[in-house]
Amino acid sequence: MGKLELLQTLNGHKGIAWNVSWHPQGQVFASCGEDKIIKLWSKEGQEWTVKTVLVDGHQRTIREVTWSPCGNFLASASFDATTAIWDKKSGQFECNATLEGHENEVKSVAWSPSGQLLATCGRDKSVWVWEVAGEDEYECEAVLNAHNQDVKKVAWHPSLDILASASYDNTVKMYKEDSLDSDWSCIATLQSHESTVWSLAFDKTGDRLATCSDDRTVKIWKEYKPDNQEGVIVNDRESVWKCICTLSGYHTRCVYDITWCHETGLIATACGDDIIRIFKESDDSDPNAPTFELLCTQLNAHSQDVNCVAWNPTGNEELLSCSDDGEIKIWKFSE
Amino acid sequence: MTKIADNVNPHIYEKESEREITLEEHDENIVDEFDEREIFDLIRNINDPEHPLTLEELRVVEEKNISVDNKENVVHVNFTPTIPHCSMATLIGLSIRVQLLRALPSRFKVTVQVSEGTHVSEHAVNKQLADKERVAAALENNNLVQIINQCVAT
Repeated sequence: MGKLELLQTLNGHKGIAWNVSWHPQGQVFASCGEDKIIKLWSKEGQEWTVKTVLVDGHQRTIREVTWSPCGNFLASASFDATTAIWDKKSGQFECNATLEGHENEVKSVAWSPSGQLLATCGRDKSVWVWEVAGEDEYECEAVLNAHNQDVKKVAWHPSLDILASASYDNTVKMYKEDSLDSDWSCIATLQSHESTVWSLAFDKTGDRLATCSDDRTVKIWKEYKPDNQEGVIVNDRESVWKCICTLSGYHTRCVYDITWCHETGLIATACGDDIIRIFKESDDSDPNAPTFELLCTQLNAHSQDVNCVAWNPTGNEELLSCSDDGEIKIWKFSE
Repeated sequence: MTKIADNVNPHIYEKESEREITLEEHDENIVDEFDEREIFDLIRNINDPEHPLTLEELRVVEEKNISVDNKENVVHVNFTPTIPHCSMATLIGLSIRVQLLRALPSRFKVTVQVSEGTHVSEHAVNKQLADKERVAAALENNNLVQIINQCVAT
């Protein structure tokens, strides 16, 4: 049995704290929320403190913040229909580009592994792919209308330019660019959840994906490439993603977020029952029908819904979480 | 609103009497847990968006369709649209949710749903009312908040 030790509670935001994001080096993180501000936190001695507060970037709730892989840029997605890009080329963090185009609320933003592409998604049911075209310049590469409802989350494959999106239409979709005509298209639809898919996370290899849903389950999906040994039928020479594991019976309400640590392989979930749970793949797990053990159930992790969980990318087993109660917590996991 | 109401001539029901306050409830030493009647009292006087009537008078909300679990911090409200194709169902549900959000301690998880089998888009309305992100976004819309405030104003 594992244990989550609370290292610190931070007064994050007025109103809902929606999202936290680690800087790639794991020494700094950003948070955002209903109060329309972004806070950047770092450690001073043993204490995490606010170092910078970014205001006036957005007119409405900031739903998500994400660092670029190089750590020099921060993107923020807002209900005001825009995505802002922040950097500190001038010495201070400033918003130097605003991506406009979505009709209404932007729900998520993600950087590709190279940092050359950005994806955004929103309530207008679309997913947009943007290319970094130059200093502070971003060009829209594609508008993908594969979902027929609100798109909640976008995430890139850890090493390839493959994009995944999760939606209120209960599905997950994957996209990539066709190398011949450089058109982006949907290459797979992952169907199994019975309600809104709120979030998703690739494992270290990118061959597997974890998704979480309002149906109170977590699902693990595996990619089967053309000519796979398992004999899974693949059409059109595109990989097939199959649900190979469903974790049900653990969560008592909607699961809002999931994070899969690329160093330790641990999965953490954020749930509407105020609980943080941690899962680990069993040692004798079958790759085509894996089993995951619940290592830790942190009751009352927050006093309200947990909205987001994020493992420190260095693999030091630090976990960030934030909640409707406005608080941000930093935990240390030990097995 | 110039739009003609979906249900032009709704049936009007009698109001409940006021809650009788027991001796126990006057006793400051006894902790009063939230009960169904208390939740009912919070939402019975919400105004219908289309008629100068309360949700109680239209029997959209009833005490028997409310459940409270104090230990689990759960409040569940089922409401019954006056007609199965009522276009105001989401707005009514949202008004109930907002009223309870404002009145109850934040520890409560409030679920507001259409009573089973009483609306053609029951599933879609329930899903939307349960999506806290969409509710949060809706509550940043000033026009909508104004309409909701008129509904919940007593």
